[in-house]
Amino acid sequence: MLEHYLSLFIKSIFIENLALAFFLGMCTFLAVSKKVETAVGLGIAVIVVQTITIPVNNFIYTNVLKAGALSWAGLEEVDLTFLGLITYIGVIAAMVQILEMVLDKFVPSLYNALGIFLPLITVNCAILGGSLFMVERNYDFAESVVFGLGGGTGWALAIIALAGIREKMKYSNVPAGLRGLGITFITVGLMAMAFMLFSGIQL
Amino acid sequence: MSKYREILFGPIFDNNPIGLQVLGICSALAVTTKMETTVVMALAVTLVTAFSNLFVSLIRNSVPSSIRILVEMTIIASLVIIADQIIKAYAYETSKSLSIFVGLIITNCIIMGRAEAFALKNPPGVSFLDGIGNGLGYSFVLLVVGFTRELLGSGKLFGNVVLPLTTEGGWYTANGLFLLSPSAFFLIGLLIWVIRTFKPEQVEEA
Repeated sequence: MLEHYLSLFIKSIFIENLALAFFLGMCTFLAVSKKVETAVGLGIAVIVVQTITIPVNNFIYTNVLKAGALSWAGLEEVDLTFLGLITYIGVIAAMVQILEMVLDKFVPSLYNALGIFLPLITVNCAILGGSLFMVERNYDFAESVVFGLGGGTGWALAIIALAGIREKMKYSNVPAGLRGLGITFITVGLMAMAFMLFSGIQL
Repeated sequence: MSKYREILFGPIFDNNPIGLQVLGICSALAVTTKMETTVVMALAVTLVTAFSNLFVSLIRNSVPSSIRILVEMTIIASLVIIADQIIKAYAYETSKSLSIFVGLIITNCIIMGRAEAFALKNPPGVSFLDGIGNGLGYSFVLLVVGFTRELLGSGKLFGNVVLPLTTEGGWYTANGLFLLSPSAFFLIGLLIWVIRTFKPEQVEEA
């Protein structure tokens, strides 16, 4: 049983990396990866939000939205799956807002460190993508906790690594047309290739 | 007239949402292994951008700015649900291979970005055109990448054999790399390089 969760965890960090294998959260991934320090802040924020929102969305999905999920209320034939998208994005926006308030009140140091990244996360597709993958792959509650933690960690790992590379790249002589965005894309491509070496690992 | 042409065609080369504004990249990379999914995705994003711009612009004077993000999100999410249901109804196979990426149009920053940057300040007609224009700029990059990946990766276009594969008695050895995720990054990187070679004013100071 534990092995199953461990395998899912490793898989969601390395093999099915949200950023490098599924291209999720690319906009922020490319825009906020200029410095390691900010990348770490954003990475932590993604891990926290991901670990909270995926299980919450899973709970709502299994108890309200899924076909026949409302049978506890006597509504066996109701199928609300088409409301999924709007519900998940609502949950994510609300969770980010609540998290912001809680952190501001109880852990101001972390709140200041995360700064503007928290509200940005609402429109980060890695978060919504995580919830949609959870639905598509039929994870149960425990699995979605593990998947949220693993997926977030994988994304954080990728952005911190990219920021490290880009800090060093300041010293290299890049062809004029490739400067900035172009070379970043090619770097990410090389990183994605490196991460593909992990595929096939079975625990 | 030239103003409208500017709004409609400007985003394709001069101000491309992917190449210059760095918006909406997630889906651009993930759906481009086949032309068929690419075209469906490009159409869906263009229409959703155009209509979300139109609706946001229509209500721009009656929404207080403190809740505008919430309102925009709701409009976009509803439009995406409609698009998702239409694709499921008329192109079920394609919707399976697009998997979660139709839903992810909601968080595609092109749509939100255009609503914030353009539709909130301009009348409905022009906003609609701006949405179409940015959709076209996005589609242009998507189609170029999709074309290259399907042609070189599996020797086909829209599922029709163009380059006969050696495994099926032809002469072309498929380059499997083009079906994997890294190739999409390389292609967009190179595309940006090409655009910036012809438009040197877009080059960034590094």
